[in-house]
Amino acid sequence: MSRRSYSWLPALLVHGLLAAGAMLALAPLAWMLAASLMPPGEANSYPPRLWPSAITFEHYTALFTRLDLARYLFNSTLLAIAVTVISLLINSMAGYAFAKFRFRGRDRLFQGLLAALVIPAQVTMLPLFLLLKQFGLINTYGGVIIPGMASIFGIFLIRQYLLAIPDSLLDAARMDGAGEFRIYWSLIVPLCRPILVTLAIFTFLGVWNDFMWPLIVLTDSSMYTLPVALANLSGEHVQDTELMMAGSVLTVLPVMLLFVILQKYYIAGIMLGGMKG
Amino acid sequence: MIGPERHAALSGWAFLAPALLLIAVFFFLPVMAALALSFTDFDIYALGDLQRLRFIGFDNYLQLLQSPLFWIALGNTAYFVVVGGPLSVAISLGAALLVNSRLTHGSAWFRTALFLPVVTTLVAVAVVWRYLYHPRYGLLNYGLSLFGVEPIDWLGDPNWAMPAIILMAVWKNFGFNMIIFIAGLQNIPPPLYEAARIDGANAWQQFRYITLPLLGPTFLFVALMTMIGYFQVFAEPYVMTQGGPANRTMSVVLLMYEEGFRWWNMGYASAAAFVLFALILAATMLQLQLRRRGSS
Repeated sequence: MSRRSYSWLPALLVHGLLAAGAMLALAPLAWMLAASLMPPGEANSYPPRLWPSAITFEHYTALFTRLDLARYLFNSTLLAIAVTVISLLINSMAGYAFAKFRFRGRDRLFQGLLAALVIPAQVTMLPLFLLLKQFGLINTYGGVIIPGMASIFGIFLIRQYLLAIPDSLLDAARMDGAGEFRIYWSLIVPLCRPILVTLAIFTFLGVWNDFMWPLIVLTDSSMYTLPVALANLSGEHVQDTELMMAGSVLTVLPVMLLFVILQKYYIAGIMLGGMKG
Repeated sequence: MIGPERHAALSGWAFLAPALLLIAVFFFLPVMAALALSFTDFDIYALGDLQRLRFIGFDNYLQLLQSPLFWIALGNTAYFVVVGGPLSVAISLGAALLVNSRLTHGSAWFRTALFLPVVTTLVAVAVVWRYLYHPRYGLLNYGLSLFGVEPIDWLGDPNWAMPAIILMAVWKNFGFNMIIFIAGLQNIPPPLYEAARIDGANAWQQFRYITLPLLGPTFLFVALMTMIGYFQVFAEPYVMTQGGPANRTMSVVLLMYEEGFRWWNMGYASAAAFVLFALILAATMLQLQLRRRGSS
């Protein structure tokens, strides 16, 4: 540590690079916010403006009055919450089964599921579309929710977490005569709280930010999620830079806030997924 | 009365059943159906009337291999993977080393700032970057003009469109791998560095002979995940260039989407999806193989 006083030059370099990197990472987001508050046309001026000459919220109001943004916001929120809640339940039960019950073929089954992670989701999309069409689920919330209700990655994350919890806890509960579902619900779920929060953030962000599948399965504009609506609007309103930036802010802001508040859990999740993978 | 072992097995399967059923129906079944579909001429007529469906063997695959557009999409995707992947991994590692450096104060703040693009919505930031790349009013050209660089038509110039998309993609996702690298770096025991310093090793030697070898498994994981993800590039070209100009940003997944869901050539599109899958699998095997050879 005594070396630190002599090494101010490397420290300066490290902080300079970090500051430059952080600025490059944040600049597009900062400009998005600034441009969304500019009077119409100001984002297309030369030299480019970094800050609005007068702050206006008219583009945000226009999104809700002239365009159907409230609807998209509702769709995105509903889908993200529904998939998160249901998949958390289903994945945690499966992860619990893989971690704490012994049955024939368990490990081979788990290995098989992990190996399937290399199959890109796009391979499934065409038949999945046809399958959901048979069930009448195209252009419904179910078309997004049902295929997202179980995820191999989610099961994996829960299993890894539960492996570290001693079996003796469960045995004690069984001695007391608790039923298996009771044990899961009142012992395992509370024990898993941190990893469940992590998985909840992952899932919520994943559904909120997803683009390709909602684009395919939600065909009517009243069903669009924010990203699908935004991609669609950005074609029609390509000239309305400030309006599009306001739309981008509203799409990005909820998930950024969620991340900033729960960042500890999110980062821990990436590390767990990364280390054990 | 059933024995405890049988009871455990039954309970295990019961907890597993919902997830297994869903994964079987909505993942494994479609994968197999996609393979079957790729050997048929499933098109818009078959969508209306399944009687029109015909088995055509490998015709879709042969047709793909003879399609100039498919080869262009393949080439563009390879460009994106081969240039964008390593660039992203290198920047992630650099950022992780800086954030994790023992010289750094306030590393949590830097980490959050560098990570923030990861949680943003790809479509939204792609829309933002489209304006940043504007040849006349865009911030990027303005910044470059301060250094005397002539304006570049980033998304309109066939030679610049793919680099522009790569730059945006790297900005968006390097933070994710940075976190994994930070975790890997923190797993390296500090006494190793202390011993090396006592032996007079400089910073580069410490990096080369301690950090890099011990980061090996993390590095492999990050490289594989990044490569697999980059092979699937779709939303960036969809939003920013629609595959243009002159198909220079048409990716395999974008081609699959257009063929399958715009023109309803679902048999043909399934074949394209399987070629992509085969390529991802082959590239994954190759990386694992190289790694094994490297470590032995």
